[in-house]
Formats: sequence, C-alpha cells, structure tokens
Amino acid sequence: MILLLRLYWEFFKTGLFAVGGGLATLPFLSQMADKTGWFTQGQLMDMVAVSESTPGPIGINTATYVGFTTSGVPGALAATLGLVTPSILIILAIASFLKAFRANRYVDAVFRCLRPASTGLIAASGLSVAAITFYAAAPAGILAGVQWKAVILALLLLLVTRGIPQTQKLHPVVWIALSALAGIVFSFAGV
Amino acid sequence: MRNMKILGELFLTFMQVGGLTFGGGYAMLPILQREVVEKRGWATDEELTDYFAVGQCTPGIIAVNTATFVGQKQARVLGGIVATLGIVAPSLVIISVLAGFINTFAELAVVKNAFAGIRVCVCVLIFNAVCKLWKGSVKSKLALAIFAVVTVGSLFFDLSPVLFVVVAAVLGICLEQFAPAARKSKKEGEV
Repeated sequence: MILLLRLYWEFFKTGLFAVGGGLATLPFLSQMADKTGWFTQGQLMDMVAVSESTPGPIGINTATYVGFTTSGVPGALAATLGLVTPSILIILAIASFLKAFRANRYVDAVFRCLRPASTGLIAASGLSVAAITFYAAAPAGILAGVQWKAVILALLLLLVTRGIPQTQKLHPVVWIALSALAGIVFSFAGV
Repeated sequence: MRNMKILGELFLTFMQVGGLTFGGGYAMLPILQREVVEKRGWATDEELTDYFAVGQCTPGIIAVNTATFVGQKQARVLGGIVATLGIVAPSLVIISVLAGFINTFAELAVVKNAFAGIRVCVCVLIFNAVCKLWKGSVKSKLALAIFAVVTVGSLFFDLSPVLFVVVAAVLGICLEQFAPAARKSKKEGEV
C-alpha cells in the first residue's frame, strides 16, 4: 500500500512538471530510477521502446509500464492515475477562461522559457542513456569499452532517418523492429 | 440519465482514440478531429486546435489534456475525468499484458539481444525527437542559453528536473515583469 502511494506521488510530480508531451516524462523517470531503485536505466529504455511501439500516448504507456514493473496491475493503475491527476486539475481550472489563458503575456513568457528547458532535460536524458548504450566500463583501456556494433547501428539509423526525408512518415516501430532484428542477428548483448 | 449516456459516450469515444493512436501527441490530432469534431460534434476544429495548443504548453500528457478539455465541455468535471479515463484505458490493458509477457521472458538470450539492439534505436529516436523539439523551442539567444544551461546542469549535477522547470518558469515571469525591453531585443536577435 505504501509502495502504491509512493508510485502515485512520484508520478503526480512527473505529471505536474513534465511539459511538452511525448518524451517529456523521460528525465523525470530517469531520475526516479536513480532515486528509488524501482527499475534500472536500461529497463527504462526498453519500456520507452515498447511504449513507442504500442497504441496510446507514450507518456501514459511508459507510466503504466513502470508501475506494472514495480508493483503489478495495482502499480500500473497507481502510476497512470498519478500522472493524469495534475492534468485533470489544471485543465479543469483553466477550461473556463481558455481564450484569456492563451492570450496572457505571462503565460506566453513562461512557455518561451519552459520549452527550451524541457528540450534541454530530454537532451540530457538522451545523452546519459547514450553513454550506457555505446560504452561499457572496461578495465582494458578507453577504447575497449566502445560498443562498436551499437555505434555502427546508430550511425546507420541516423543516416537513414535523417538523410532520407521520406522516412519521416514511417512509424518509429519500423526502426525499433529492425533494430531488434539486428540485435538478435549480431548478438548485441553478447549472449 | 441523459448525463450517464454522455459519460458513457465520452468514455467509449476516447477509449477508441487511445486504442487507435500510435505515439500520442500530433499523431492523435487527425483521429481526434474525426471522432470529436466530425462524428460527435463535441467541438469545432478551431476549439480543438485551441485545446491542443494549450494542452501542449500546460504540464502533463498532451492527449490527456485535450481529452479533459473536451470532456469538461460536454459534462463538466465528471466529463473531464471520464474522458481521461477513457483515453488511458487501452494503454493500461495493453501495456500490463505486454509487460507481464516481456518480464517473463526477459532472461532469454534472444530477448536480451533484441532489446540491446532496440536500446540503440531508442537513443536515435530520442536524438531525432530533440532535433524536432529544438526547432520549435530554441528560437532566440535566451532560449539557446536556457537549453545549454539545463542540458549541462542536468547531465553533470545530481539535480531534480523539477528544479530546472520551476526556475525556467520563474525566469519567464521575471523577464516579462521587469525587462519587457529584453523581450524586444530578444525578438530582434531571433535566429
């Protein structure tokens, strides 16, 4: 019961401060992993991948997944309800003066500063997960830790997704499935 | 009685939207347009655009914020809550089933290898998402400075993302209050 309340509270905070949707919850979940030990950074990346490949909003899917991993179906419920509670409260509060809210100069000023901050937080999360994906601490010197297979796959993915504009219309699940295949064929985990 | 019918419709409609959309955010807009504007007449195109714009810059998941707006308009507070529960319901079911399945097979070599490949893909997807967000959020020297400070600060110091969000919001209010001139010169410096 205490765990469920803590899950609800942690996700309530995430819902209250994550601005911008999609991956905006990632920095908060990453910090949650470090702080609570409920899941690892690696698990979090797997959860993001599954969340991007299944129907529903990514933020909700990830919250459900984290909650389920921590405490089964009750955990999934607690995490998801925690995440949406601030949204419901805030939206209900501003729904009656929506036009005034949109035109307010302070609101505008706040979001001009919030957006780059949110982008920065996601960029930092991306860099820290990249560090554990492309580099494993090795005793035999700096270069020995570089995960060359991962680096090559990432370069290929970047080349295709950023180099060919037509691929932007494809759903990310295409790249996730191809990467899973590459991981199996070239035994990325080394097992 | 009539109210119950509307609540039921809200739940089922948003359940459909949640279950049919991959990715949330902008991927959801065309489906919302079809279900909410064209089929149900619950909002006009213009209202939906407003909900979306505000849902994007208020905290929380964009899809949930939009659902709360539409639900609130139809059936007040209860409508907002029911619409939100509808949009998260498919995620709860699908992810719980999938998570149970994946967690059971997590130790298999083939699953480990697949996820090792997928993690590489997630890094690339985060990178691409940041590039996209960058275009919409880093439009001035001030925004660039905020982005840089938050990225470096969050990467190298053990600080809560909440802190960065709050400081950025306060900065926005202060700038608007005390230095509207800075806003003008910032606009001139737009890149």
